[in-house]
Amino acid sequence: MATVTPHKTLDASGLNCPLPVLKTKKALEELQSGQVLEVITTDPGAKADIPAFCNRTGHQLLEVVEEGGKIIFYIQKK
Amino acid sequence: MATERLAIIATKGTLDMAYPPLILASTAASLGIETAIFFTFYGLNIIHKKKMHELKIAPLGNPAMPMAFPPSMQNSVTNLISSVFPGPPQIMGVIPGMTDLMTYMMKKTLKEHGVASIPELLEACKEADVKLIPCQMTMELFGYKYEDLIDGLEPPAGAATFINYVLEADKPMVIFV
Repeated sequence: MATVTPHKTLDASGLNCPLPVLKTKKALEELQSGQVLEVITTDPGAKADIPAFCNRTGHQLLEVVEEGGKIIFYIQKK
Repeated sequence: MATERLAIIATKGTLDMAYPPLILASTAASLGIETAIFFTFYGLNIIHKKKMHELKIAPLGNPAMPMAFPPSMQNSVTNLISSVFPGPPQIMGVIPGMTDLMTYMMKKTLKEHGVASIPELLEACKEADVKLIPCQMTMELFGYKYEDLIDGLEPPAGAATFINYVLEADKPMVIFV
């Protein structure tokens, strides 16, 4: 269970590279600075790609939770 | 911040080779890098209104094609076939319709794995402000008119425009696909 409460959830389950990153970028555009986006993925590649995206764009990756084949990211908009 | 630019040269017109430039470009643009794709030679087919829907993958002359059956077609029979023939034998490529069959299977596999289609990736590129530049010289060579190509492209350009685009950046990057 995650310790942060998201303002918005993006379900990118079943989608493969590069869609999880592209959809995350788009979803973040709809948030205010400081708000948290929850991204649900099933793509093992997202495990490295979403942190790389955050690292590059300056958004903060607060937490990563793995449960039952899902990798869930909590990203705070910069 | 210094301008970073990624310029990708797309030269191939097969289904498999249409993916790398579009995936790299849409992702780079999402990471905040100014990105352009220069479509030249067969790469022009990727942005051709009609041909973009007809991109194919050829089993003939493609020994690197160990094609798994799409997830929905995997059963004891297809698993047995896969264990004997991890890819279609080269000779089968000469059978009429094999290219279409392989293309159908590849598209089905891509879809079932949640991979975007080529038209979807082109839309993603446009949304992320990737510059899509058709090569003027190849358009004339192939007889493609600007209106044969998809909407939202940059004006047709040549090698000098491309090189200038790259070298204008503080940190230029080029990928040849």
